[in-house]
Amino acid sequence: MVITDKELWTVIHGMLLGAIFFMAFSGIWVTLFSLHPERTAGVVQRVRGLKIAGWATAIILWLTVFTGTYIVYPWYRAKPPEGADLTQFPRSYLLASPDRAGWHNFGMEWKEHVAWLAPILVTAVAYIISRYGVKLVEEEKIRKAVILVFTIALIAALAAVVFGAFLNKAAPIK
Amino acid sequence: MQQNNGPTNGPAAAALLAAGIGSLALGLFVILAEASKSVNNALNFYNPVGPLSGKTTLAIVIWILSWMMLHGLWKNKQVSFAGVFTVSVILIILGLLGTFPPFFDLFAG
Repeated sequence: MVITDKELWTVIHGMLLGAIFFMAFSGIWVTLFSLHPERTAGVVQRVRGLKIAGWATAIILWLTVFTGTYIVYPWYRAKPPEGADLTQFPRSYLLASPDRAGWHNFGMEWKEHVAWLAPILVTAVAYIISRYGVKLVEEEKIRKAVILVFTIALIAALAAVVFGAFLNKAAPIK
Repeated sequence: MQQNNGPTNGPAAAALLAAGIGSLALGLFVILAEASKSVNNALNFYNPVGPLSGKTTLAIVIWILSWMMLHGLWKNKQVSFAGVFTVSVILIILGLLGTFPPFFDLFAG
């Protein structure tokens, strides 16, 4: 059983950090919905957990986009030397065939950009949760705004993760 | 917009609007890089990553600067939250649109 450095980083970037994000997301989402003026029991503990989970999620997302962009992506877009085996150069391999080119032209082009919106949005959400704490229970407009922005962040992250998985199937980084 | 000694919604509004501005900035840099070869080259801050390095770095700088500025302006103020949030969501959606290949390909130079 052998795993290369490149494969290991791809797993850390896509599966480990991505999986932690989605687990944290569901917890944060449910807790945000539970912050209701009629449900005040245990609110201090719930908000304390929300603050930790919010910042942890933001940090995970920043780590995901930085490892993806500055460690994994250079391997993906490396230019092959003359006569090289293109399967070792994912971007060139995909673009070499019209049947595969869409994975780069649509999938990778979307993934590499849209992923960066998620940490920006989740950092704003984490800050608001920290700043307002239990006041979020009374601040209905802010609470609903946070839920919507957090959901948009999930959609952005989901697009990146789904295309990342497909791309790693179509042209794995080895 | 008014001064308020109690808890204010200004910091939340500033954080959300800045996130919208940062999102829009990213979408705009993607479109500009697609539309102009010289912009695309100028955004190549780090060669192994290519223009993605410049697009994301500048979007983050704009996001942080706008957040600092808006926070400074609104930290003790009560603002029209619904209005600011509507604008923020529109900016975020425009940012999402700017990163969507079928859309930014329309600007290909």
